[in-house]
Amino acid sequence: MQAERDISYADVNRDVVRSLVETGSKYYITLAISVSVMLACFFAPWFYQLQYGIGAAGMNHPTVWGTYLASFIFWIGLSHSGTLLSCVLHITNSSWRKAMYRSAEAMTLFSLMVAVTMVMVHLGRPWFIHWAVPYPNQMELWPNFRSPLMFDVMAITTYLTGSTIFIYMGTIPDFAAVRDRTTGWRHHMYVLLSLGWRGTDTEWHRLGWAYTFLAVLIIPLAVSVHSIVSWDFALSIVPALHQTIFAPYFVVGAIYSGTAGIVTVMFVLRKYMNFEHYITKLHFDNLGKLLLVLSLIWTYINVLEIFTGWYSGTSTEYEAIRYKLFGYYAPLYWEMILFCAVAPLLMISKRFRTSFVPMLILSIAINIGMYTERFLIVATSLSRQYLPDAWGIYVPSLVEISIMVGSLAMFVTLFLIFVKIFPSISIYEIKETLPEPEPKTQSESGAPEWQPTL
Amino acid sequence: MSFINDFLASWREYRRPGYYEKFDYAWTMSIDLDRCTGCEACVTACQAENNLPIVGEDEFAKGREMQWIRIERYWEGEYPNVKLGFIPMLCQHCDAAPCETVCPVSATYHNQDGLNAQIYNRCIGTRSCAVYCPYEVRYFNYNNHHWDAPLDEQLNPDVSVREKGVMEKCTFCIQRIRQAKDQAKDDGRRRVRDGEVQPACVQTCPAEALVFGDRNDAESQVSQSMNHPRAYHVLEELNTDPSVVYLKKVGSNAG
Repeated sequence: MQAERDISYADVNRDVVRSLVETGSKYYITLAISVSVMLACFFAPWFYQLQYGIGAAGMNHPTVWGTYLASFIFWIGLSHSGTLLSCVLHITNSSWRKAMYRSAEAMTLFSLMVAVTMVMVHLGRPWFIHWAVPYPNQMELWPNFRSPLMFDVMAITTYLTGSTIFIYMGTIPDFAAVRDRTTGWRHHMYVLLSLGWRGTDTEWHRLGWAYTFLAVLIIPLAVSVHSIVSWDFALSIVPALHQTIFAPYFVVGAIYSGTAGIVTVMFVLRKYMNFEHYITKLHFDNLGKLLLVLSLIWTYINVLEIFTGWYSGTSTEYEAIRYKLFGYYAPLYWEMILFCAVAPLLMISKRFRTSFVPMLILSIAINIGMYTERFLIVATSLSRQYLPDAWGIYVPSLVEISIMVGSLAMFVTLFLIFVKIFPSISIYEIKETLPEPEPKTQSESGAPEWQPTL
Repeated sequence: MSFINDFLASWREYRRPGYYEKFDYAWTMSIDLDRCTGCEACVTACQAENNLPIVGEDEFAKGREMQWIRIERYWEGEYPNVKLGFIPMLCQHCDAAPCETVCPVSATYHNQDGLNAQIYNRCIGTRSCAVYCPYEVRYFNYNNHHWDAPLDEQLNPDVSVREKGVMEKCTFCIQRIRQAKDQAKDDGRRRVRDGEVQPACVQTCPAEALVFGDRNDAESQVSQSMNHPRAYHVLEELNTDPSVVYLKKVGSNAG
């Protein structure tokens, strides 16, 4: 039982609908800022880069991949916890999931969208990106089915489709609830979105069945997506990238940064959407435990990565490790260790896990550390490969940094639009955790009091 | 279900051991490091033949120079007992090339001559081939290049000028190979004679350190230097099966 006892069914409806229809000036100001940051920091530099060429970024001869790819992995990683966590908690019947899963799933969806955009930014000729998709064409040209990048296209489009269906299907009863409570253009929109949901037993039965089915389907899918992203690196023969540990490393890292992302989003929703009664200390406590376990696994894999490199006994692997730990990018490496391996140990204390602001700061620190991890995977490995003559240093340019900031603004913008269209807390599943209200008898006037319920 | 049978037939052919060794020609280059003086004439010749852009000072400082062949310098020892070794490094045209498997659109592939070919028009610029290449010989067009007058008039009409966002690399002067094959066909011969085709770098090398030819022809000069006791492949342990053979530098000044 996560919500406090004094919430009634009507309160849930009222609170959630209020979050959709009552929009303060704060919201508009935030939206205006994030949209303008997105336009100024993401689209303007990208337009410049399309005109000029990838040379606008800082990449050079040995380091042909840069922050664009790091951002791509980061956003894919961030997408991981939402739907995956929601599915795992759904099939394990964890009731504390119910207040947070909708926004977690939205996080998945939007970070995937931003990740796909980052691929476009990364490509030299993004206007031909459709060539990587196998579509029948007159020239009988197909993509290269041996390519891990091609697997990526498949995996990500599948995951995007799956997560979209999953979040939409889970929201249909809520759309119906909101439909019955709104007027004007909103009412028309929710009439369309709720697909004629009436709340009959058959409908509930089918929804429950399909929802569990999709949840079971999406778990292996989510694991496979990030494994496949890791193969972009692990299937190469670059020292320090060509490692079998990479798939679990990426999956754990993804869930880790994604869970930290959920903590951040939960804090913001709780604070600014007035969901204090629904998102409680219990959620932060549970998420904190999860984060702690993930940070330990992540640290273990990092130690293992260094160990396997050392154990290989080859000069190229030695050099890759030496460069990572003590080379040009070493300050970033130790920052990552501090943020992702040392600082999360604070969560051993329950007092820390149940305090909101420290958890917010830690969750942001973890994601900064995880971004650094992705950057280091690209930058340290590529700048120290086999031939010492072709070694080099890569430093991101202003355009790259700006696009990195802009991609965050894009995510925030999408999220801000989401909270005004989707009920960001699941109305019907919260109600499942509440005590049933007393059945209403005849009211004083004699007419049955009609309550729009589900 | 004929297309399934077709597919299975080509799959079996593909899986047949030695499938990759069966090329019409197997173009190979041998580089005698004992003869190489590091003069970089090959670099210049390549620049002229293949329309390589001169990127300018700023781009050079960023490490974006275009050299399909580059002279790697390796120093050994402390001054004054210094030994200097040169290794001209160009696309090795690996028969098991890592770059070919990774390209999502098959812009780089192995052709029937055993060459690792690059299709500029198909390239979407993921740059993954450059990451997968252990020899670091793939060069990316970070922007559109221009040739100041009168340099634009010396562009080679047989070679396309690459636009921004595509990858490029040594082709073993595929335009010259093509020309030699056409000539052989016109003359009614079945095959190109040894020494009939030379890439620009081979043609230019004053020390004759570079030799180019077909290793399917056991009599060719390059086949003979392949069997030389000094012959080795760079990064042989990676099993990329390169088509460039290096002859080790020997003697007192060996680096």
